[in-house]
Amino acid sequence: MKRGALSILAAGILVLLPQTLLGQESAPSDDQVNEIASDLYCPVCPNTPLDVCETLACSEWREQIREQIAAGMSESEIADYFVEQYGERVLAKPRTSGFTLVLWLLPVVGIGFGVLALAGVLRKWRREPDAEAVVAPQDQEGSVSAEARQRIEEELRNLS
Amino acid sequence: MLMTSERAGNGNRPRLRYIVAGISVALMVGLLILLGWGLQNTNAPQPEAGMAPTFSLTSFDGETLALEELRGKVVVINFWASWCIPCRAEADELEAMSRKYRDDVVFIGVDYADTEKGALKFIEEYGLTYFQGPDLGTRISADYRIRGVPETFYVAKNGELRGVKIGPLSPGELEFKILELLDDR
Repeated sequence: MKRGALSILAAGILVLLPQTLLGQESAPSDDQVNEIASDLYCPVCPNTPLDVCETLACSEWREQIREQIAAGMSESEIADYFVEQYGERVLAKPRTSGFTLVLWLLPVVGIGFGVLALAGVLRKWRREPDAEAVVAPQDQEGSVSAEARQRIEEELRNLS
Repeated sequence: MLMTSERAGNGNRPRLRYIVAGISVALMVGLLILLGWGLQNTNAPQPEAGMAPTFSLTSFDGETLALEELRGKVVVINFWASWCIPCRAEADELEAMSRKYRDDVVFIGVDYADTEKGALKFIEEYGLTYFQGPDLGTRISADYRIRGVPETFYVAKNGELRGVKIGPLSPGELEFKILELLDDR
């Protein structure tokens, strides 16, 4: 009788143990869910990342992400699903393709033109002191001391 | 030789300056156009008259319906979501009216920004039998410029919009509007 009960108990453990382990494996943690949710925005609450959004709708979306992870979907597949369902606005980072590529390129192009403009201004500033240096001796001609001018005139007279 | 190349370099400099200035101006103009377009889109009013924006919707069962194909019938388009509390208040009336006017009025439930699981639970909970489908990519709600859910649009037999109700429907309000549109020749 005792042996029979033990056998049933052992069989029960053998049946339930893999299921329990399997269940633990297929239940993604909150951290896993939030890691993906942090790259998505709540489709209905403006400017609220999905991982910190406290509405009922957001908790349902997080639950959906949990189910999708458990079903073996990758992060990009989940993001694609959200875009298909709710549009590109749910993405925290706009995609680097199509029209949204402009959003990524525009700052780079802007910075490039800024650098070019700055280089132009700096070159102009560098050129201005040189111009002064060329002009200066001519301007200073009139400021020759009277003594020096007298000596020059004497020298010129001696030459003739 | 050196002098020639220097002279050529100096000659190219103003041209380069013009090109850079031209591209900068073009970029600025482009940005302003984008900004203007964005502002216009954001501030555009909700359509209440004129032809109803056309769309096709695939139901949760996989059937597709196109608004254009419904000419000759009154259409009631209801935007809803399972997470929307006021949507629950009007669900029974929408279902009752859809059954009562089944032959003359087409009811379309557009499920806005929802989970499929939540939506199907909602449909089952309220026993909704009229056409229901998810607004994929929220494109239909964008065309109708909805500000939230629920919102109900009325489309006349000729495809013209004949009003919108923002928020939950009051008792009797839906039937009154349906009768008005059915009388419309």
